[in-house]
Order: sequence, then structure tokens, then C-alpha cells
Amino acid sequence: MSRSVLSARADFPILNETVNDHPLVYLDNAATTQKPEVVLQAMDDYYRHYNANIHRGNHALAARATQAHEEARAKVARFLNAEDPKQIIFTRGTTESINLVAYSFGDAFIQAGDEVITTQLEHHSNYVPWELLCQRKQAKFQVIPFDENGELNLEVFKSLLNERTRIVAVNQVSNSLGTVNPVEEIIRIAHAAGVPVLVDGAQGVQHLERDVQKMDCDFYAFSSHKMYGPMGIGVLYGKEKWLEAMPPFLSGGEMIDTVTSSSVTFNVLPFKFEAGTPYVPGPIGLGVAIDYLETFDLHELQTYEDGLLQYGLEQLADIPGIVIYGNPKQRSCIIPFNLEGVSAYDVGILLDTQGVAVRTGQHCTQPIMDALKIPGTVRASLALYNNKEDVDALIKGIHRVLKILKR
Amino acid sequence: MTTITDIEQSLIDDFAVLENWEERYDYLIELGQNLSPMDPELKIDDNKVHGCQSSVWFAIRCEDEKISFQADSDSLIIKGIVAILQKLLNGQPAKAVENADLTIFNTLGLWKHLSSQRSNGVTAMLSHLKAAAILCQAGAPKPSSADAGAGA
Repeated sequence: MSRSVLSARADFPILNETVNDHPLVYLDNAATTQKPEVVLQAMDDYYRHYNANIHRGNHALAARATQAHEEARAKVARFLNAEDPKQIIFTRGTTESINLVAYSFGDAFIQAGDEVITTQLEHHSNYVPWELLCQRKQAKFQVIPFDENGELNLEVFKSLLNERTRIVAVNQVSNSLGTVNPVEEIIRIAHAAGVPVLVDGAQGVQHLERDVQKMDCDFYAFSSHKMYGPMGIGVLYGKEKWLEAMPPFLSGGEMIDTVTSSSVTFNVLPFKFEAGTPYVPGPIGLGVAIDYLETFDLHELQTYEDGLLQYGLEQLADIPGIVIYGNPKQRSCIIPFNLEGVSAYDVGILLDTQGVAVRTGQHCTQPIMDALKIPGTVRASLALYNNKEDVDALIKGIHRVLKILKR
Repeated sequence: MTTITDIEQSLIDDFAVLENWEERYDYLIELGQNLSPMDPELKIDDNKVHGCQSSVWFAIRCEDEKISFQADSDSLIIKGIVAILQKLLNGQPAKAVENADLTIFNTLGLWKHLSSQRSNGVTAMLSHLKAAAILCQAGAPKPSSADAGAGA
């Protein structure tokens, strides 16, 4: 039986911190989420009791660490409903996962004159690697624009797809506007044209369904630290046919089979893509974060988070002079806004003096800010441990900001 | 003229009577609101300090080995910092600006927030001022007018 989402808050020790003499109100979850006690304990437990280098050692600690690391891989595979654990590549995070594909898939399959499609709603990490790939290969970089609601224009997407398109890259949820993109529809359209799709799940994996077979994506990338797991570890899922056909990204230890001065053969999946000593406690902590997330029913979690998001949007809408960006049919956990005539930076600093943590600026999405013709936004973003009191503290904080700024 | 240290002490005294964060920010923002407007012809891209957090324009002048500068920002907090820097450094001898060892921002307790944000432009403003002060002194190679505008 699954737990009530309302009981989650007590699992996160950091939420008891005091910031600038106020209880911490943490609303910067799209940047990184906090970690539950079980994840902290798992990381500590690894270093205290079975720290060892994995895969090669023939002693007890190495065996235990190897087993825990590979069990975590199997757990991620099950979590994403991947066909096989060997399709789960551990990376440092979403950015490295996407770069791996941009370099390795790009090397194998992209020639001068080919085309790559991404979207105007992307984080720089799912935009710049493709832009640079296109520069290296003299390929054409195509961008699907978003409309006044903050939604992708799929008609433009269809018109951009052609026989030279080699890959489409899109996020599941926009980190800047919170738009939930119709990735399944995008994948269907792309596949009908024979084009594979990479989904950046950094802002989706912790809130939405993450079934890669149902989605039918060719690649799925996400970071552990935005889904209650440790920092420094991420995942790339890929369909086996692509991963087998792609050359290694980084080279060195772990990823080789035989090495002589005249030839190198590579290790099998997933190790072909995991050069060097892995960050062993990372996957272990991520595995525990997955277990933790799965103690909640996904449907109940979504209902709770959506309810809180709606409450936040309604409360904010009552503030004089507020502009809330985007109005997508489906939004996930992210509220981007500005106060008329006030810099987002000032709002962030003055909320911080009241213990309220939000993010301000461009959120690594300059194409979005350029399209909206604004220098940046304030972004409040929710996680499963947030509640109405957090939203109320934000609203109260904004009223104080307006008072200080005499608006 | 009054030394930088004297001005700094009097500003610290001004802030010291304020009891809490809100009052200190209130005063800082008031200083920002009263900042004299920047010449519109200086608000050009070359004078923009690049950073994610807020838009800041910054232009330094060197005349008779004295430093003066103008700045503007969409952030009232940054403008408040600019106002403090102007009170401290505007019209001061370049040598004094180069050697200025400002403690005011630590003393005010505001700096803790501001300097931790690497892209807020405050640290950048100070290093621009110091770099310009070195160039401004006699014997130093004269910068071109574009360089004196301290963009970067």
C-alpha cells in the first residue's frame, strides 16, 4: 500500500533549517530537490561499510559494491520500464547524457547537410550540444517555436521534418515555463518519418509517467538530483539498436575489451559508455531515491502536485501587477512570473531575506527569454514535500517585497 | 577631500542604526532610487556587464588621475550598491581607488547575499574600478576611449 503524500515532509531533514531567522521555505525544486533521510543514510552507509572499486576487484567489499551498483542499474531499468538493464548508462547528469548522444550518435549518423530538430522550449543542455554538433558537421539546426501559451507548434514541427532530419530532441517538461510537452505525439510523428527522438526528462521524471516503452522514445535522459537522489549522477536510456551502433563517447578503463598497440575492442553495453571508475555511491543513492519515490502512488502524487500548483497559480494571480508566463494546457510544478517594474533579481534577494528560496534569472533558457522579450523571471517550483503553507509564505513574502520596493 | 575610509565609516554608521534586514534593504533601495540617472548615450551594449541575474550598465571615466563612474541597473538593489560605491569612490584619486580595502559590505551583512551570486555584477564592478584605477595613474599606458568604458 502506498503512503500519503502529506506524510513526505518529515522525511527531509533539511526542511527544518532556519534561513535568515525564518523557517526555510524551499521552492527551488526545479534546480534541485532535497534528499530524504533514506538517501542520506544509503550514501553514508556505502562509504562507511562497503566502499570499493567495482567490477574488477576480487574481495568482499568490491563484490558487495559491484552488486549494489548493478542492482541500482536494474532498478533504474525497471523504474523506466526499459527492456534491459544494459540500456541504462550512468552519466554525471542530464547534460552529460545528452552530450553523449550528440557526440556519439552525431559521429555515427550525422553528415554535412543533415538536419537536427530541437525546440525553443529547451534548457541550454538540450539545445547547445545540438547547435555545436550542427556546427561541427555542417548540419542544419532547426528549432520548433512555442506559441503565446508556451506550447510547441506541432504544425511547424511537421513542416521541419524531412528526409535529411536525423534526430529530434525535446524535453518532457520545460524547466522555464513548466509546459508539459506532448512527447508521445512528437515521437509518433517523428517515427512516421523514420526519425529517432531524444527526450530530456530532467523536469519530468520526478512528476510524470516515465515509461520509455510506452513513450517509445529512442533516448531518455534525466538527473538523479532533481528527483530526490544524490547530485553528480544521471542516466541515459537508449534503445539497444542505437546504443550498439554508436561508438564510445569517452575512452579509458572499464569501457574496453582488448587493447594492443594496433587495435582496441570495446566492452559490451552498458560498459562501453562508462569509461573510468564510476561514481559508485551515486547509482546506489539514486536507487534508494527511486524506492522512496515509489512509496507514493504516482496518480496520487500527480493529483497532489497539480492541486498545489493550481493553488499557487490562483493565489499569485491576485497579486497586483503580476505577470505569470505561459498558459499551457498542462503545466507541471513550475510557476514563472514577474512583478511589474521590479527586477526578478530583487524579488529573489528580498524573498531570501524572509527564508523563501526561489530561482531568478534566465534559467539557462535564453531562447525562451528572447522570445518573451524579458531579461528573466522569478521561478517558484514545487516538489512532493511542499504544501499550501509554503505557497502562503511565498505570497506573504511577495507582498513584503512589494512593500519594501514601495510598489 | 574626505578619504574613502572616512566615507565608509559614516555609511557604516548610517546602516548601523537600522535594526533588521528589512530596514537595511529599505535604505539600500532608497539609495538606489536616488541614484543620479546614467547618461543615455553610455547605456550601450559595450558598457553592459554580462551576467544572468540582472542587467547592469557600467562606465568609468579617468580625468586628472581621478576616477568617476556612472551605472544603471534594472535592479534597485544593484542600484543601491552602485550608489554606495559612488559615494565611496567617485572623484577619488586613482591611487586611492586602487588601494581601497572596502569592508563595508561585510559590515552591513548584506554582502553575504550579494557576493555569493557570482553573476550579480557587484564583484565585477569593483574589479573594473580597480583595473581602471591602475590604468588611470600617471605613467600607465593610456587606455583607448573604448577601454575606458569598462564593458567586458
